[in-house]
Amino acid sequence: MRRAGSIIASALVALAAWQALVLLTGVPRFILPGPALVAETLWTSRALIAHHTVITAIEVLAGLALGATLGGVTAIALAASPLARQLVRPMLIFSQAVPVFALAPILTLWFGYGIGSKVVMTLLVIYFPVTSAFFDALMRTPQAWIDMARLMGASPARIMRHIRIPAALPGFASGLRLAAVYAPIGAIIGEWVGASKGLGYLMLLASGRAKTDLMFAALIVLAVFTVLLHAVVDRTCRATLDKNG
Amino acid sequence: MTAPGILLEGSVAIDGEPLIPPIRLTAAAGRWTCLLGASGVGKSTILRLISGIADEATLNGTLNATDGVPLAGRVALMAQSDLLLPWLTVTQNVTLGARLRGTVPDARRAADLLNDVGLSAQADQSPATLSGGQRQRAALARTLMEDRPIVLLDEPFSALDARTRAQVQDLTAQLLAGKTVLMVTHDPAEAARLSDAILILGPDSLRARPAPPGAPPRPVDDTQTLSAQGALLAELRADP
Repeated sequence: MRRAGSIIASALVALAAWQALVLLTGVPRFILPGPALVAETLWTSRALIAHHTVITAIEVLAGLALGATLGGVTAIALAASPLARQLVRPMLIFSQAVPVFALAPILTLWFGYGIGSKVVMTLLVIYFPVTSAFFDALMRTPQAWIDMARLMGASPARIMRHIRIPAALPGFASGLRLAAVYAPIGAIIGEWVGASKGLGYLMLLASGRAKTDLMFAALIVLAVFTVLLHAVVDRTCRATLDKNG
Repeated sequence: MTAPGILLEGSVAIDGEPLIPPIRLTAAAGRWTCLLGASGVGKSTILRLISGIADEATLNGTLNATDGVPLAGRVALMAQSDLLLPWLTVTQNVTLGARLRGTVPDARRAADLLNDVGLSAQADQSPATLSGGQRQRAALARTLMEDRPIVLLDEPFSALDARTRAQVQDLTAQLLAGKTVLMVTHDPAEAARLSDAILILGPDSLRARPAPPGAPPRPVDDTQTLSAQGALLAELRADP
């Protein structure tokens, strides 16, 4: 409760500073609208914003689920096979040198103007952090546990299933926490490049028409959504995956 | 099943660097042999070689069970760290071997062994809730569950306080009776209490020393055991 109190207090201070800035400088509302105006727009345009939020949320959640699954499978495959490590890992790291942003137009071309390209974009943004965090944890299994399992007559596959994967789940959880924060970025990039729905599209549309208050309202909804998503993922990880640490 | 003895003859190197000079080490069948020596002299490496998990070390020589049957699959190892998996319950840890081999765990036997080590009440708890002595007893139950004729102990009691250590030593000696035990230890007191035979591994040689009279585990206050302990410590201190 104390933590919640401090979050609310900090938000109030930020809002007051924002309002004071608007009042003192007298900037036009299409440059920087005050928090009161943004709150008003948030309320009056709630149906519009909610409609676009649902679209973005679907993209983010689908991308998160696919990225986590694919990242998890990749990490296990890499940890299990030295050959896979030799062949795939350099490529994986090289792929990170390509800005995902730059891929957005081509993804739109390949996967269309709709939700598909945004889901793929989200997947690409979170795939590496999930794979990397889980893979590192899989490679850090205490050798003594592996030795014990070998002495008990376990095959490498069973050591993977009963020792290495369970021991690495906290690492997978840290990857998922990062993914929860990055995933909305992926969806928004996808929407900016080409979409007719979603919060990213709404923000682009609103700022293009100098409806800066609507842009800010959508931005705040996106930020709140991201914070909530992170909180849910964090809670879930704590209740399940982290217990193995 | 009668437990075979172990005979290791040869020298050991790690990455081409000599670690252990040519030695002839025997652990008598069904008896408890202690291997003493300074840190870094290669005691644990010997246990890892016998376990078949010493990928890092090469033995230039021979290693056999005295009954001529290969050692593989007949050795269990219990280390200083209890190696309990924190995400499993005590019972699941004890039956880990079966799960790792893809067979059905013998729940009845696990319950009996947990009863033997005095952990029936903790069977469904997480290892995190156990004390140091309880954790080591759970590890003992897991080792016994494997039912291997040869049991290697790598300082399994060294992290315990003196009182708990004596209790767990007695329990271990009782439950491992009839198996061939080779225990690595730093502690002359432990060697004097528990051994049928005592070996000291120095940088140049492996020396056999007589065990005190009487069947192990000997009482903690037995005079001859205490004097053997003193003699062992004096000899260990004389090593470079």
